Amino acid sequence: MSNPTDQPAGVPGDAGPFAPRLGTAHRRGPEHSSVTSAAPGRAALAVEARGVRKSFGDQVVLDGIDLDVVEGSVFALLGPNGSGKTTTVRILSTLLAADSGVIRVAGHEMVREADLVRAAIGVTGQFSAVDKLLTGQENLMMMADLAHLSRADGRRRAAELLGRFDLSEAAGKMAATYSGGMSRRLDLAMTLVGAPRIVFLDEPTTGLDPRGRHVMWQIIRGLAADGVTILLTTQDLEEADQLADRVAVLDHGALVAEGSPALLKARIPGGHIRLQFTDPQGLETAARLLTSAGRDDETLCLQVPGDGSVPALRALLDQLDQHAIDIESLSIHTPDLDDVFFAVTGHPTASEDTQR
Amino acid sequence: MTATHAARDTATMLRRNLRHMQRYPGVPLMMVFLPVMFLLLFVYVFGATLGNGLGHGLGGRGVYVNYVSPAIILLTVASSATATAVGVASDMTEGIIDRFRTMAIWRPSVLAGHVLGSMIQTLLAVAVVIGVALLAGFRPTAGAAGWLATAGFLAMITLALTWLGVALGVVAKTVGTASNTPMFLLLLVFLGSGFVPTASMAGGLRQFATYQPFTAFTDTVRDLLTSGPIGDHAAVSAAWCAGIAVTGYIWAMARYNRGPAAAPGQ
Repeated sequence: MSNPTDQPAGVPGDAGPFAPRLGTAHRRGPEHSSVTSAAPGRAALAVEARGVRKSFGDQVVLDGIDLDVVEGSVFALLGPNGSGKTTTVRILSTLLAADSGVIRVAGHEMVREADLVRAAIGVTGQFSAVDKLLTGQENLMMMADLAHLSRADGRRRAAELLGRFDLSEAAGKMAATYSGGMSRRLDLAMTLVGAPRIVFLDEPTTGLDPRGRHVMWQIIRGLAADGVTILLTTQDLEEADQLADRVAVLDHGALVAEGSPALLKARIPGGHIRLQFTDPQGLETAARLLTSAGRDDETLCLQVPGDGSVPALRALLDQLDQHAIDIESLSIHTPDLDDVFFAVTGHPTASEDTQR
Repeated sequence: MTATHAARDTATMLRRNLRHMQRYPGVPLMMVFLPVMFLLLFVYVFGATLGNGLGHGLGGRGVYVNYVSPAIILLTVASSATATAVGVASDMTEGIIDRFRTMAIWRPSVLAGHVLGSMIQTLLAVAVVIGVALLAGFRPTAGAAGWLATAGFLAMITLALTWLGVALGVVAKTVGTASNTPMFLLLLVFLGSGFVPTASMAGGLRQFATYQPFTAFTDTVRDLLTSGPIGDHAAVSAAWCAGIAVTGYIWAMARYNRGPAAAPGQ
C-alpha cells in the first residue's frame, strides 16, 4: 500500500502527530452540530446553487456545481489552485455572472435581486481590499458610511471592530504601513462593519504566517459563534478540517466530494501506526507477529492498522517488547483531508507538489 | 435605492478621493506644474517673437501672454482627464473596487466621487495657474460676471473631460495606460487656436484645428476673459461638452458594470 500522504500525521500543518483535532470543539452549538444530517431544504439555506456553470472563452471553469450552505454553518470549499474556488466566490458575491444555473443567496435570487443579496453579504477576497491611503479608522468609517450607519453608530462600530481585531493602536496609521496580517484583519473588519449575515472568505489565511493564521482562525470561529454563515475557500486541508462544518472538494470545476470533515474521513481507509525498524531481521520478526500489517521491505516499515489511541499503542509496544524487537521510529497516521482528496480525485492536491 | 443614499454614497466616495489628494499630492502638483512650465516657456522664450507675429510686428511678449493664457488654462483643464483616469485605474486594479461592487451602494457613486473630486482638484489647479499667468503679465479685462461665467464654463468642460477620463480609467488595464491615453487631449490644445491662430496653419491641419472642440473652448474663454463679444463658440462648446460627457458616462458605466473580463487566478 503506497498512500502518498503516508508521513507522520501532522502533514498539513505544524501540529505534531499527537496534536488533538480541536476543530469539533469549536464548532457550532448543539443546534447546528449535526448539520451533516440535515437534508438540504429542511434547514434554512444561506446559499443555494444549482447547476452553476462558467467558462472563460473555451476554458470551462465551473462545470455545473450545486451548493447548499445551511444558515449559521461554516462551509469550506477545498481545492487546489485553478479548481474554480475564486470563481465560485465571485459568482456568489455578485461580482461575476454565471453562464447558467440558479442561485439564491440569503433567500434572494442572484440576478434579479442583486442589491438585496449585496445587502446581506460581506466579502473578503484574496486580494487586499483596504484603501492604503486611508488610516484603519478612516477605512472603517468609510464602510460605516457606505452601510448607511449614523455617524455615532459608525464610530462605535469602528471602535469595537478595531478593538476586536487588535488594531486599536494602529487605528490612526495609514493602511499602507500595515503588516500583511494587520491588513488582512482590517480587510475582514471592513467586511463586518455592516454586520453581514453571510460572509464569503476567499483564502483568508493564504500568505499569513502561522501566528497570523491562528489569529484568523480564532476570528472566524468567533464569527461562526455569533451565528454568521461563513463560506470560505482554502487550499489548506487542515484549515477546512479545523473550521468547517461541511467541506466540499472542488477539482477542475466540479464538486468531487461533500460532507462533514468526519464524514469525508470515514470514506477513506482508517488510520494506521507506522513502524520503522533498524534492520531487516526486526522487520521480519515483527511482520510474522503482526499479520494484519502492511509491509514495505525497502524502507523497513510496517503499517499496523489502528486508530493510534493510547491503549492500542501500549498494547502494540508491549507486544514488540516481549519479542525484543527494536524499532527505529513510530508515527501515527490519522486519516485527514489529504487522504480524502487523494481518495476522491485519484491525484494529490496541488499544495503537496508546490511549496507554500 | 433612494436619492438620499445616492447623495450620501457619492459624498462618502468624494471624501475618500479628497483624502487621497491630500495624502498623495503628486497628481494635483503635476496638474499645476505642467501648465506653468508651458506658460513660462511660451511667454519668456517664444513670447516676443510669437507676439510680433500676432500683432503685425508690434505685439511682443505683452500681447502674447494675453493670447496664450486661455490655452494654458485649458491645458490645466485637459490634464484633469489624465488625473481622473489615473485615479480610477488605480482603483480598478486594486481589490477595493471589488469590495465596492459587492456592496449595496448606489452603483455610480464610486465613479461620481472621482468626477467630483477631480472637478474640485482641477478648479483649484486652474486658480493657481491663473494666478501665475497674472504674475507673468496676463491682463484679462473681464468683470465679476465675466469671471463667474468663465468659472462656470470651465466647470462644464471639466465635467465632460473627467467623465471621459473615468471611461479611459475604467477601460485601462494598467495605471500606466490610463496616464497615457488622455494625452491626446493636451495635444488638441496645441492643435487648435490656443497658441497660434488656426488660420496660420497648413491646409489639412487648419481644417481640423478650426473644427475640433478645443478651438471652440479656447475662443470662448478668450471672449469671456477679454470681454469680447461671445460668439457661437460658446454654443458649439456646450454641444461638444454634452456629447463628450454623455459618451464618457455611458462608456464608463457600461464597462464598470460589466466588471473584469476574467477572474484573476480563478
